[in-house]
Amino acid sequence: MTEGPLSDRLEPQVASLTGTTSRRRRFLDGLFRFATIASVGVALLTLGALLVDIFLQGRPRLNPDLLSNMPSSRPERAGIQSAIFGTLWCVGLTAVVSLPIGVATAIYLEQFARRDRWYVRLVELNIQNLAGVPSVVFGILGLAFIARGPLSWGFTVGTGAMVLTILVLPTVVIASREAIRAVPSSFVDGALALGATRWQAVWRQVLPAAIPGIATGSILSVSRAMGESAPLLLLGALTFVTFNPTGLDSGYTVLPLLIFKYASDAKQELHVVAAAAIIVLLVLLLTLNTTAIMLRNHFEKRRH
Amino acid sequence: MKVPTTGECLLKKIRYLLAALVFASTAGLVACSKSDNNANVASGGTANSASPGAKLTGSIRVDGSSTVTPLIALAAEDFQAKNSGVTVTVGTSGTGGGFEKFCNGEIDIAMASRPIKEKEVDACKSKNIEPLELIVANDGLSVVINPQNDWVKCLTVKQLKAIWEPGSTVNNWNQVDPSFPDQPLKLFGPGSDSGTFDYFTKEINGEEGATRTDYNPTEDDNVTVSGVAGDKGALGYFGLSYLLENQGKVKGIAIDSGNGCIAPSTETVQSGQYKPLGRPLFIYLKPESAHRPEVKAFAEFYFDNQDAITKEARFVPLTKEQLAKADEELAKIKSQ
Repeated sequence: MTEGPLSDRLEPQVASLTGTTSRRRRFLDGLFRFATIASVGVALLTLGALLVDIFLQGRPRLNPDLLSNMPSSRPERAGIQSAIFGTLWCVGLTAVVSLPIGVATAIYLEQFARRDRWYVRLVELNIQNLAGVPSVVFGILGLAFIARGPLSWGFTVGTGAMVLTILVLPTVVIASREAIRAVPSSFVDGALALGATRWQAVWRQVLPAAIPGIATGSILSVSRAMGESAPLLLLGALTFVTFNPTGLDSGYTVLPLLIFKYASDAKQELHVVAAAAIIVLLVLLLTLNTTAIMLRNHFEKRRH
Repeated sequence: MKVPTTGECLLKKIRYLLAALVFASTAGLVACSKSDNNANVASGGTANSASPGAKLTGSIRVDGSSTVTPLIALAAEDFQAKNSGVTVTVGTSGTGGGFEKFCNGEIDIAMASRPIKEKEVDACKSKNIEPLELIVANDGLSVVINPQNDWVKCLTVKQLKAIWEPGSTVNNWNQVDPSFPDQPLKLFGPGSDSGTFDYFTKEINGEEGATRTDYNPTEDDNVTVSGVAGDKGALGYFGLSYLLENQGKVKGIAIDSGNGCIAPSTETVQSGQYKPLGRPLFIYLKPESAHRPEVKAFAEFYFDNQDAITKEARFVPLTKEQLAKADEELAKIKSQ
């Protein structure tokens, strides 16, 4: 029979089907490959250029003093300590409140809820929609109902964290649902067949298998809260504070907004501090995301 | 019997962790609402009980104009260094945003780059807040051009109006004055949330908020700086401090309001010669708060140090008369 690879042998048939010659197809194939690589290159180059630019700008102020000093209008003394703590408070509280509620919601929707009930469908529809709502809308909601209005918590770190919680909750729910849905239904069926209750099946079979996905998705959505500035702008975070939060009712600022403040200051030297603070924020974000990836790898390795 | 593997142990731990998280979040929610109630009591209670001479405690909430923020932030920094028991937060919601919070009773001091409006006074009164006005510094609104622009040294108020009034079609410098070269005019300025915008439009165009709309508005004056620095035919305006901090990148021009060309400077602003763009900057105290020793002490601290603070923040210090008036107002609070 004929020699050579399969693709060569099929060439005449393919050519007759698509009406193109072999050379032309190879050329298109190469062109497509080049286009995809170029796309990746453009994205990476832009990111790289931004990072290099920010790093060069911020390097003079990238020292321990930056982390330990409080914000100041005097460039030589200006630091970001209260903003780091403010950010950690907000993100920490957001994680502590949103993860249990989000995961519990996902478990209910995936394992207990009956799809044919109108209220279940309503909840699902709302969660999907809420995930797409611009974050500033949550800020307005928080301003009207949490900072003022019925709850009246004021412009405090508690308010900020609560609004961020509402903001990330839909994404946490969706990520957790995906993770739970990925667990084969045979796990539950098997457990139920052996006499386990629904709760036992979920708690001992589904959750352990779903944890890598839940952890990754949740950490990624919580790390979104860390870079969030629009809703907090409305909730009193654009503030000059020279102390760390001491409780939920404390005044606060967060890194993205302190960066905004430094960058819009009249003093050029403070723009350098802003650049240095951007690097710190990036490092914090990368740390969170790396944790997410490591957690996933850790659990996946164990499973196989 | 089956010996549990490390993996199963880990899983168990994680499940306990999850359970703990559920518990913690419920506890946290309860604590949230509780601690808030406590806070409300505390901010009223501790402040009033502090006797004169004792260590000051409490928290002072300031919010408002981004123009005034650098002044009050400097004062807050130094005041807190001396009084470790007091926390001062200085927010930047803009003059209008500051008054909204002020009249809502949410802050102790409002910062403003224009006097309070009738409407805002009424809103305050409906909540039984009688704002106490104090002038904290002076500013010279500066009109700036590109350093390469060598044809303009001075503009009259009339010319500025022709450029900035609503519906203006001036798009080239030779339309401003026939002797100017054929160079496209590019305009930069603050957005409508700014007190600077309110002031400029009122003084130049005759009506607050009235302006042509085809310019580059920004809430960040640094954008105006880089815009003007990057275009030979550019024109923009902002507070004096941005001009002084960006010498070489932008060039200030003199303004002629009928009495010859006057450039903005400490002297011309203080003497009132720099018309009509010299302006006072304000803070407004909530009377209830002003009686609290730490708030009063903070206000006194500001006026004791206003000369150094205004100079460091690149504003124009108060005149003797303005300072005397502020001291008088503060003395009235004391005697109550």
